[in-house]
This record gives sequence, C-alpha cells and structure tokens, in this order.
Amino acid sequence: MAKFSLRVNGKSQTVDAEPEMPLLYALRNDLQLNGPKFGCGLAQCGACTVIIDGNAIRSCVTPVGSVQNKAVTTLEGLGNTKKMHKLQQAFVDEQAVQCGYCINGMIMTSKALLDKNPKPTDTQIKEALSGNLCRCGTHIRILRAVKRASGQING
Amino acid sequence: MKTPVLTRRQFLKTTGALVVSFNLMPSAQKAFAQFAKLPSGDIDPTSLDSWLVITPDGYVTFYTSKVEIGTGVITALAQFVAEELDVPFDKIKMDAGDTNKTIEQGGTTASRTILRGGPQVRQAAAAARLELLKLASTQLGAPLDKLTVNDGVVSVIGDATKRVTYGQLIGGKKFNAKLSVKGTGWDMVVAPEVKPKNPKDYKIVGKSIPRVEIPRKVTGEHDYMHDVRIPGMLHGRVVRPPMINTEPVTIDQDSIKGIPGVVMIVREGKFVGVVAKSEWSALKAAHALEVTWAKPTSKVPGTPDELFTFLKNTKPVRSAKAVDKGNTATALAQSKKVYQASYRWPFQMHGMIGPSCAIAEVKGKTATIWSGCQGPFRTRGRIAEILGFKEQDVRIIYHEASGSYGRLSADDRAEDAALLSRAVGAPVRVQWSRQDEHGWEPKGPAQLDEVKAAVEADGKLTVWDFTDYSQPWTVSGSTPLLASLQVGLRPNNPGGNNGTQASGDFYTVPNHLITIHQIDWHFPEPIPLRTSNLRAPGDVARCFASECFIDEIAADLKIDPVEFRLKNLTGNKRGIEALQAAADKAGWQKRPSPAPASNGNVAKGRGVALTNLSNTYVAVVAEVEVNKTTGQVAVKKMACSHDCGLIVNPDGLKNQVEGNVIQGMSRAMYEEVLFDSTSAVTSLDWSSYPIMRFPDMPELELVLIDRREMDPLGAGEAATSPPAAAIANAIFDAVGARLREGPFTPKRVLAAMQKKA
Repeated sequence: MAKFSLRVNGKSQTVDAEPEMPLLYALRNDLQLNGPKFGCGLAQCGACTVIIDGNAIRSCVTPVGSVQNKAVTTLEGLGNTKKMHKLQQAFVDEQAVQCGYCINGMIMTSKALLDKNPKPTDTQIKEALSGNLCRCGTHIRILRAVKRASGQING
Repeated sequence: MKTPVLTRRQFLKTTGALVVSFNLMPSAQKAFAQFAKLPSGDIDPTSLDSWLVITPDGYVTFYTSKVEIGTGVITALAQFVAEELDVPFDKIKMDAGDTNKTIEQGGTTASRTILRGGPQVRQAAAAARLELLKLASTQLGAPLDKLTVNDGVVSVIGDATKRVTYGQLIGGKKFNAKLSVKGTGWDMVVAPEVKPKNPKDYKIVGKSIPRVEIPRKVTGEHDYMHDVRIPGMLHGRVVRPPMINTEPVTIDQDSIKGIPGVVMIVREGKFVGVVAKSEWSALKAAHALEVTWAKPTSKVPGTPDELFTFLKNTKPVRSAKAVDKGNTATALAQSKKVYQASYRWPFQMHGMIGPSCAIAEVKGKTATIWSGCQGPFRTRGRIAEILGFKEQDVRIIYHEASGSYGRLSADDRAEDAALLSRAVGAPVRVQWSRQDEHGWEPKGPAQLDEVKAAVEADGKLTVWDFTDYSQPWTVSGSTPLLASLQVGLRPNNPGGNNGTQASGDFYTVPNHLITIHQIDWHFPEPIPLRTSNLRAPGDVARCFASECFIDEIAADLKIDPVEFRLKNLTGNKRGIEALQAAADKAGWQKRPSPAPASNGNVAKGRGVALTNLSNTYVAVVAEVEVNKTTGQVAVKKMACSHDCGLIVNPDGLKNQVEGNVIQGMSRAMYEEVLFDSTSAVTSLDWSSYPIMRFPDMPELELVLIDRREMDPLGAGEAATSPPAAAIANAIFDAVGARLREGPFTPKRVLAAMQKKA
C-alpha cells in the first residue's frame, strides 16, 4: 500500500492503495464518486470512462499509480442536478436514458469528443462512441443528445 | 464448513465496531408510513393506508412493489396516481420495492407492470380520491356531486370560496378506510367497484412527462444498487466451480496469503467465497484463490448440431397445445402441396452492462438485503429458504441496478451476499466479475421450430402446424439459484416454460395447431448453461420461424408479403392496422419477394414481420443492404408500428420501443452464446459475445397507435420479437437466400447464398 495524490474534478485528494489498483476503485470506494461505473474491468464497455488530461480513458484498467498529478474529471465534475453541464442537460432534454448504467461513459466520451471537435457529424459521433456499449438500445436518443449539446439540434 | 483466515471474533476485535445497525429509510417517509399489517407481518392490501400517504403539504407518497428497471414504469405509474387524485405530477413520490413497506403486486416482469400493476395503482388512487371527497363533503357541507378537485384542492362547484386542500383534509392522518381486494400478486384486483376517471378526461395520463429519475442518472446522483454503501460493509466475491454441483476438493489458503485485508474464506457445502475489507482485495483474492474442483461428470451437446438434435430427439418434460383447431393431420394429408421448414435459434444472454450486485446484512435470525431484483418478494422467499428464516424476518430493499431484460428475476447475487454475510457477521457487498456474469447468468434457451402449412389457390392458409422445441427455465424466481444449489437445496419442478406466443397464433386458419414441447436438460446434475426468461421469452425465435415461414409461402405464391399476411388476418382489426401502419411508414412498394436481381455487389431488400405479445401488436419493416461478396448485412432502416392499447406516456413508450427494436436487431445480427461439451460458457466477455454498436445503428421510425378505448397493455418486450424475422425476410428479398438460423453472421449469409446457387 502507498499513498497517491490525485487531482480529481479540480480537487487534490489522497488515496491509500496498491499502485496497480485500477483508478475506478479509488474513485468509487475511496472518493465516493459514483458517476463512473464498473461494467467489465476489461476496457470493453466504457461504463467506467473518465477524462484524463483531455482524453476519454477507461478507469477500470488504468492503475491508480499511473495518474498521479494528472487532471482527472468524472461525471460529477461536469455538473449536478442543480447546475447541469450542457451534455447532461441535452441527455435530459432528449430523454436519452433507459437504465442509464452506460450513460456515464456516453457523456464522458462525448465530452472529450466535443472538446476537440465542437460540431461533429453523425458519423464522427458514432465512431467516437463505437467502443461504448448500451444494452437498452438507447443509441438513437444518445446520438441526438450529443448533437443537441453541440448546438446542432434546437428546440 | 468455514475456513477462516481470521476468526470472526479476532476480526471484530481488530476492526472495532463493525456490526452497525443502519436504517436507510428517509425520516420523512418513516414518519408518515402508516400501513396496516396482516397477522403474517406483511402489509395489508385491504387498507387504503397501505397504498398511500398524504402529508400536510399535499405531497402524496405511493407505495408499490413494482420497481424502476430502466423502463420508465415508475413515472408511468405515478401518472396514474396524479391523474386519479387530481394532484400535480411533481407532488407524487413513489416508494418502490421495499418488502417491509409495500404490498406484493407481483414482479416487474413479463410486460405486466402497466398491464396489471397500472389498474391496481389506478384503483387505489381512485379509492383515495373518493374518501377525500367524502371528507370534503362533510367539511364543506356540500354533496359529493357538487364537489370538484383541482391540483389537490377540493372546492364546491359554483362557490370557489368553499375549498379545502387534501393536506388539510388528511395530511399526516390515516384514512382508516377498507378496500375490496381479490387475488394476489399480478392477479390482484383492487377496489373494482370504484369508478376511475373516464380516459376522455385524462390530463396527465397520455402526456410525455419526463422520467423522474433521468436527471440523477446523468449526474452520478442516482443511487444505483452498485452505489449503495452500508457502514461496516465488507466486500465479497464468489469463486465459481466448473459445474454447479462440483465439490471443492482442496482450498489452498496460502494462495492468497499476501493479499491485504482478506477477512475470511467462506465455504458452505459446495459454495466457496472470499470476504475482504476492500473491493480490490476481495477481487484479487477470488482470482488468486486456488481451489481444486472435482472433475465435472456431465457431458452435454457441445455443438449447435448436437444441441438441436438433442432438442428434437429428447422426450419432452411437458408438452402443451397453445392452439388446437380443426384437424391439421388430415388437412395436410389432403393438401396438394405441403410447405415445411425448420428454424434454429441459439442460446442468447441478457447481457447486463452492470454485473450482478447485492448487499446482505444477516443478524441473528433476520436479514436485510439490498438488491436490484425485479421481484423483491421473490428474492425474499429465496433468501428465507437459503438461510432457514421466516420470510417476514427478511427485508428486501430495492435499488435500481443495470438494465436487466429478465436477468434480475433470479436473484443469485442476493443469495451469495446472504451466505457471506452470515459467515462473516457483517454486511457484505457482492459484485460479480464480467466473466462470471457472462458465464453464469441464466440464458435465453435455444429453440428449434418446425412448421408445416398448406394454402388454397387464393392465398388463404388452410393448415398451420407449428411445433416449438424449447427448454424450460431451469432458473425462475422460485427455483433454487446458484448458491442454493451449492448448499444442497433442490428444485422441485423443472421450472417455468418458455412461452407460446408469436407462433402464427394470430392468423385465421381453419386447421391450426401450435404445439410447445419443453425439453429439459435431463442431466444428473444442474449444468452451468442455465436457462431463464430473456426479454420476450421464446418469442424472438418463434416470431423468426413463423414470420419467415409466412414469407416463404408468400414468395412461393408470388404474392406481396404484406398482402399475404392481410389475407390471413381475417377480422383481426388491430393486427391488420399495425401491419398496414408499419408498411405505410416504410413506404412499402407492393411486389413479391425476392426483389429483381441487382447487378452491383450490394443488394437491397426489405422485409416485414408481425407479432403479438399479451395482446400488444407490433409490426416491423426492415431495409437491408447485403454485400454479395462478404455476406455482410447492414440494417439501414426500420419502421415499427406499436399498439399497446391506451398510451400512458408517449415519449416513454417510444424510448421503450426503440430499445426493444434495437435489442431485437442486435440479437438477430450478432448474438450467440457459445459453450463446450461440459456446458461451460465460452462467451465470457463483450468480444466473444458482441452486441450492436453505434456505427451499426439503423435509422428507426415509429408509429404509436393509441387506443383510448382500451386499457393500457405492456410495452416492455413485444417489439423485441419482429426485427429478426423482418431482417431475415429482407435478406431474402435482397439476395433470394433464406436464413433459417440466427444470428445472421456473414458466414451464415454466404452459406445460404451458396445453398441457393
């Protein structure tokens, strides 16, 4: 066990962990950040996605020891029900959720996309989300929500 | 037998105050819950106070055992409460799925939540409104028929100064009123003598009210089951054997020696698990623990060919005739031409994105379980049995987990957590690994469907003889689950059957026979390839077989596939309208299949399918492109019509139907559980069990048919069934090759094309 200092959602935090423990467990169990979810532990589904230094990263396979002094953003870092980020608001406006277990990954991956490409095409959005699995079949609404957040759907 | 690394006493000594009693009930609800109890300790459904409570501020808390599983039903049920009570929607709170606070209304399964639970909730709310009007009548000195209600305020018609709020009438007090109740669970009929609102007057039911829990789901504030933490909670993992009944021969404690925070290795019968202070340690320990298991003894069909031969040649454990009209044998013998085909459907999985998770706190002879189960009372029964407790001494507290599509009917993880908590004497959280979830979740059974038919010259079916060879669910809400089997509990029946619908049952045919054979595994011990209810149980395969077969006949007769169906839906108004609506939406051009041969490498085709599930009608038209060289199929577009009676929440319904169609397409195109001859599942992750991804999503257009004159029906499953048949029919239309086995992989498509050539 060793102490690791993490910068999560703009705050400095310290966790006591084995260096190979995936970041996801530190976020959920040590820092009580429930946005990122455990889905597979294999980097296959995207439910655990967080943003590290601007990139959408699978926290379930990222050792906590490897992210010291990097800026980690979780879903909670975007906004909350009182003050939502435009992506979160767009997902509400489009009702782009069924069970919602995958939604953290959809929003965080889209955030990283929009930060780099503010007006993506449908194909670019689908490509960016191709590694994020949704089992409820909410794809159509999720695509629309990302377009809405990028200002390409109004009303 | 337990194998402690640390004894429980040592453990408690070293970790201090670990066993902490904790109550998650928010104080407001605790203060006002005022249900009546039966002698058993369960909530009395005949007391109005058991269903709802109104606080002085006019908020209504409604108690229900129906739960939100991602389908939007809690919002829809709240709409009924708000509508019947004439209370603003945002003043309704639903308190769902706690067995100590709610009436058992049956599980949230089988598309029955709105169908059966809707009227129960509606009638209880309507009965409460009547009681409130009686109170107001006395207080305002006006007869009932001179009273009106608006936003929870009762006033006298023509004299707005005479008014009283629901909060003033009953706030925090009991109704002390009786309801007439017949039957139990799904079949419970509540206060049928109370007249609910005329649907013509609906203001809230029928509106696209946004789902109540979605804002919390997009911010990380929703309290998913996986996010629940109990003070003093430890983390457990189960170490699964190769076969359910396999005995652990040796457990090497030294194999996990270096892992920090391991509290106990638990063994009960054949059940083996580990408990640790942190989730990461539990996970590592479960992975590292060396257990030698006895060799599996059963050998099962290990290839699809062996499997379907087994289904065909094994004596059924049960057989039933879902439809039996006329005499198919005689009619077939007298027919000039008999059509005949058989279709295969593989094992498929629910594939929850979040794996199974539960927390148990067993203290003395009582247990509290936090679980995302679809039937809290079913879980209660299972936990009571495995622990040997009275049912009423077990409390289930529901928290929404991952979307489950039937998987969370069987609450394996609650049993795991209960055994581990009892062993260690502290609350234990169990979360399955992805490999365990893929491997051990009970699967939708494989099916073999054989169909024979004959037609008259005008295209009317004279004979329809459909035989479904399916497996019973070895796992259902009431059968012993994994841990139960491992501690020696035995099932006393072969489990529920895999349904009968979507078998051509809604066509009008003079000689009409639908036979359902249930083929049990018949092995001396339970095998890992378990079976259970997977969304639209059995219907996806039966709809694939029956609606492709209809298409085969239409093609042979050179009749347009929609027209052929219309000819045989005589008098079935809703079936005809659903079919026509989907065809119109898709811009269906009348012509027989296949389409005229195209020159290019990519052939286009369209196909249609119709289904009925518990009286909900759905038709789907699919448009595909088939690459003639690679066999790759792209589903470009689907149009879906949906008639589930009265629509409660149009946008919520659309969300459900879109999800069903996409999931149905995914099952048709990509999904097949693979296993070996010990029945060990080899599809253990998302690369070996692919599902549909964003780049493959089709365009989708819906037509919702609203029938205000009808009660609302279910929408959770029906639209899952037709996509497979519609896509297979579209592939035939494109390239003239008939697929009789799913999923429609490039390899299967190419094989069908070669067979045709």
